[in-house]
Amino acid sequence: MSRYRAIALLPVMAALSGCNLVVLNPAGDVASQQGDLVVISTLLMLLIIVPVMALTVLFAWRYRQSNNTARYEPDWDHSTQLELVIWAAPLLIIICLGAITWVTTHKLDPYRPLDRIAADKPVPAGAKPLDVQVVALDWKWLFVYPEYGIASVNEMAAPVDRPIRFSITASSVMNSFYVPALAGMIYAMPGMETKLHAVINEPGTYKGFSSNYSGAGFSHMRFNFLGLSNENFDGWVSKVKSANGSLDRNAYLALEKPSEAVPVQHYGSVDPKLFNAVVNMCVRPGTMCMSDMAAIDRAGGLNAGGKAAADAILRANTLAGFPDTQPTGLCTVAEAVEAAANSGAVQRPTVTPISASASPAGPQRLANP
Amino acid sequence: MLETLTTFLFGRLSLESFPYHEPIVVATFFAVVLGGIALVAALSYFKLWGYLWTEWFTTVDHKRIGIMYMVLGLIMLLRGFADAIMMRAQQAIAFNGSEGYLNSHHFDQVFTAHGVIMIFFVAMPLVTGLMNYVVPLQIGARDVSFPFLNNFSFWMTVGGAVLIMASLFVGEFARTGWLAYPPLSGLEASPDVGVDYYIWALQVAGVGTTLSGINLICTIVKMRAPGMTMMKMPVFTWTSLCTNVLIVASFPILTAVLVLLSLDRYVGTHFFTNDMGGNPMMYVNLIWIWGHPEVYILILPCFGIFSEVTSTFTGKKLFGYTSMVYATVVITILSYLVWLHHFFTMGSGASVNSFFGITTMIISIPTGAKIFNWLFTMYRGRIRFELPMMWTIAFMLTFVIGGMTGVLLAVPPADFVLHNSLFLIAHFHNVIIGGVLFGLFAGIYYWWPKAFGFRLDPFWGKMSFWFWVIGFYFAFMPLYVLGLMGVTRRLRVFEDPSLQIWFQIAAFGAVLIALGIGSFLIQIAVSVLKRNQLVDVTGDPWDGRTLEWATSSPPPGYNFAFTPVIHDNDAWWDMKKRGYNRPLEGFRPIHMPSNTGTGVILAGISTVLGFALVWHIWWLAAVSFIGLLAVAINHTFNYNRDFHIPVDEVVRTENERTRLLSGQV
Repeated sequence: MSRYRAIALLPVMAALSGCNLVVLNPAGDVASQQGDLVVISTLLMLLIIVPVMALTVLFAWRYRQSNNTARYEPDWDHSTQLELVIWAAPLLIIICLGAITWVTTHKLDPYRPLDRIAADKPVPAGAKPLDVQVVALDWKWLFVYPEYGIASVNEMAAPVDRPIRFSITASSVMNSFYVPALAGMIYAMPGMETKLHAVINEPGTYKGFSSNYSGAGFSHMRFNFLGLSNENFDGWVSKVKSANGSLDRNAYLALEKPSEAVPVQHYGSVDPKLFNAVVNMCVRPGTMCMSDMAAIDRAGGLNAGGKAAADAILRANTLAGFPDTQPTGLCTVAEAVEAAANSGAVQRPTVTPISASASPAGPQRLANP
Repeated sequence: MLETLTTFLFGRLSLESFPYHEPIVVATFFAVVLGGIALVAALSYFKLWGYLWTEWFTTVDHKRIGIMYMVLGLIMLLRGFADAIMMRAQQAIAFNGSEGYLNSHHFDQVFTAHGVIMIFFVAMPLVTGLMNYVVPLQIGARDVSFPFLNNFSFWMTVGGAVLIMASLFVGEFARTGWLAYPPLSGLEASPDVGVDYYIWALQVAGVGTTLSGINLICTIVKMRAPGMTMMKMPVFTWTSLCTNVLIVASFPILTAVLVLLSLDRYVGTHFFTNDMGGNPMMYVNLIWIWGHPEVYILILPCFGIFSEVTSTFTGKKLFGYTSMVYATVVITILSYLVWLHHFFTMGSGASVNSFFGITTMIISIPTGAKIFNWLFTMYRGRIRFELPMMWTIAFMLTFVIGGMTGVLLAVPPADFVLHNSLFLIAHFHNVIIGGVLFGLFAGIYYWWPKAFGFRLDPFWGKMSFWFWVIGFYFAFMPLYVLGLMGVTRRLRVFEDPSLQIWFQIAAFGAVLIALGIGSFLIQIAVSVLKRNQLVDVTGDPWDGRTLEWATSSPPPGYNFAFTPVIHDNDAWWDMKKRGYNRPLEGFRPIHMPSNTGTGVILAGISTVLGFALVWHIWWLAAVSFIGLLAVAINHTFNYNRDFHIPVDEVVRTENERTRLLSGQV
């Protein structure tokens, strides 16, 4: 029976001897804490797994039928002390692991802003995280840098040791945003926004990809994550800025169409409201934003106070429904109400627009609350 | 005009729906057609159709229905495994710019079909088949509570399997992954028939599963032999009871969530769409509220099998029967409190994630207790290493690894780096193969002599065992490594050439498993040929402990001429110990249910209905739905439902057994 274990251990030993186990040896502080947790939890569980496996082999051998010297007690089927041990031993391990789980899950919550950039380095006071807006498209990744007004497809860069704050969404189906060297994954879902906080500690080029199957082009949905020194990052930003492409709504709608194995593209400028429109699924001119729809519903739907809001929004969008213009600026409730007021609506509805940080945690679903 | 007519007659179905441009599918099609023709010709030549219809297809005997479930499961295993080996081959070669041999349209169907088939049409029928066969015998009953319902449930499962097989040659299957998450499975991203095949195959089979669950609960609760209190039930019966409670409580959720998805797809509702207030995450929640209990539905009966096997082959009472029962019940309840661990990475808050992570870990406590119970059953026993016991030892060594990686994945921050990776794939194959499949093999080898009156050939059984076990380690340990290298699941082509060696090792493992399956089939053929040498006339070849071993092998249609009275949870062991004498006279006519073809007909019409709905052939859907109602109502007027086995026949059967038993001595 020990043959099993030899075979089971073979790949593990081979693996330890030299392939790139990025999950256990990542380059980002968050991923490295997560990787450590994998190792700690495994060791904790081995405390009980190894004795069980050893005892299985031992008992199977010792009490084999041909061994007449071993004791045989066919009616022995109960021992209170043993029962206590076999329930208590796993319980103790799980209490330890449960405590570790509670603490680390909160500490490594992807929604929680970082408080350190490495084991011995707290985040410097006043440091502003790098905002990156991520959109999973069919089948490529779009990265928008609102701070710099630039965007990039299938390539992203971040300066070493600066906290990054990702806002993540998707255009049509679910994906999952994952850079193993940087931090754990988080789903990218249409109409929803998820968050991830991370930091890269070593310069280098790392693999990023979608880790949730999303259709035909899924295998090619990869990008390079560039961890760069501050100077190199500035260089990268100015390189992207100098690209002539401009990511306005029409460019986005063209980009959004399904395509596979897309080469890296840079956009020197980007519509600042684009990401919000993507999350609210109102990039296409004339479509109502989900936040508006939610606001109408919240005001009581079409029967109550929301009626005025709805009328206002619809009128505003109709007024602005010229395909060549960009009506999306009218896409918030406040502006719609204003437009409606200008065109003579009877009363101002008592609704307030939803702010982007409505809920403290969880993917923000901007629909019927 | 002509176009309107063809659309009316055939819905979406047209010549283009047939995948004749896919050489792999076409070759498979011809192989299936040739095999089918050969089978039909052989059955006709040996004039077996009548026999099959009257003795098997229309039977209400739980033993024959159980055997038919097993046959269905094994046939579908071949299909599911063919998908597996195609995936392993594709992933082993698609490196360095190679696209492999499967395009994404085909590959994505293959991995979806593999998952759906292995869970719904391999593991479920095999588990249900064993429960169907063994439970009534273990509790001293003559059949299940609702014998016709049992036949109907089986054929509905077959109906689902037929639909899924039809999708291979007519149209296509879903390209969504085995749980068909929207929005990918919604109308916008998957407008073709694949997801519809998925929905209707599962809905048709789901009816069968749910009804079979109700049936077995009733059977266990109401039909136990006198003296068999709940705490005297054999452990396999206990685990079956818990599994069927899980089935009845969770399958309706699957049915409901698939109804909502089909409403989205057929009538334009917005339950799970991106817009108009739909919420795809609601689907993910609902499907896992079914999906997590589902894995316990599969594993619990296997825990029962291991308990029976361990105590039989160690010649010892099961250690800690009571804690075993409580562990099973605790697992049953906890399995409803953990579903969110399947999507920690969808952005739930830290407290929610911790809660579900910790509940998940807690399940490992009763599971661990079970492992210890088997371990201490072996302690101071006399272990006979027959095939069922070999599978049990292999299970204990393999399953703890899978259990450990499972608990690891229950730690949310660890899951963030391992979710959806090949590490996850390795984990669940580690528990599903190392737990469910090893358990099913242990069960098949254990109860085969009961079902057929002869043992399975040990040589080919050992070949199959070693190929399976070693093959498993070769196929799945590399996936753990790949998962730690950050490789995700369902990828068709790869960039990093350093990964290739691991995929090649995994493919080699799959080949070993293929040899294991081959050896198993050879073993059955060899055993049937050598059945006279392997014969067992005692009905108790393993020196068993529970009631099924008290009757002949195979048991007579009525199972027990006299209902036994139970005094101990190892009822048969207790009877043997107290010098039980088989009654030889005083027989009476036995009241039994009659066979009926209604189950086959209803399931057949349901399958046609499913097919019509898949292809939008509305007239056929309407006709078959009305037909379904008509046949069902008509069946309520069938008063020819039961009969008495005449006392002469009972006497003849029992005398034959007496003769065989004395010939043995």
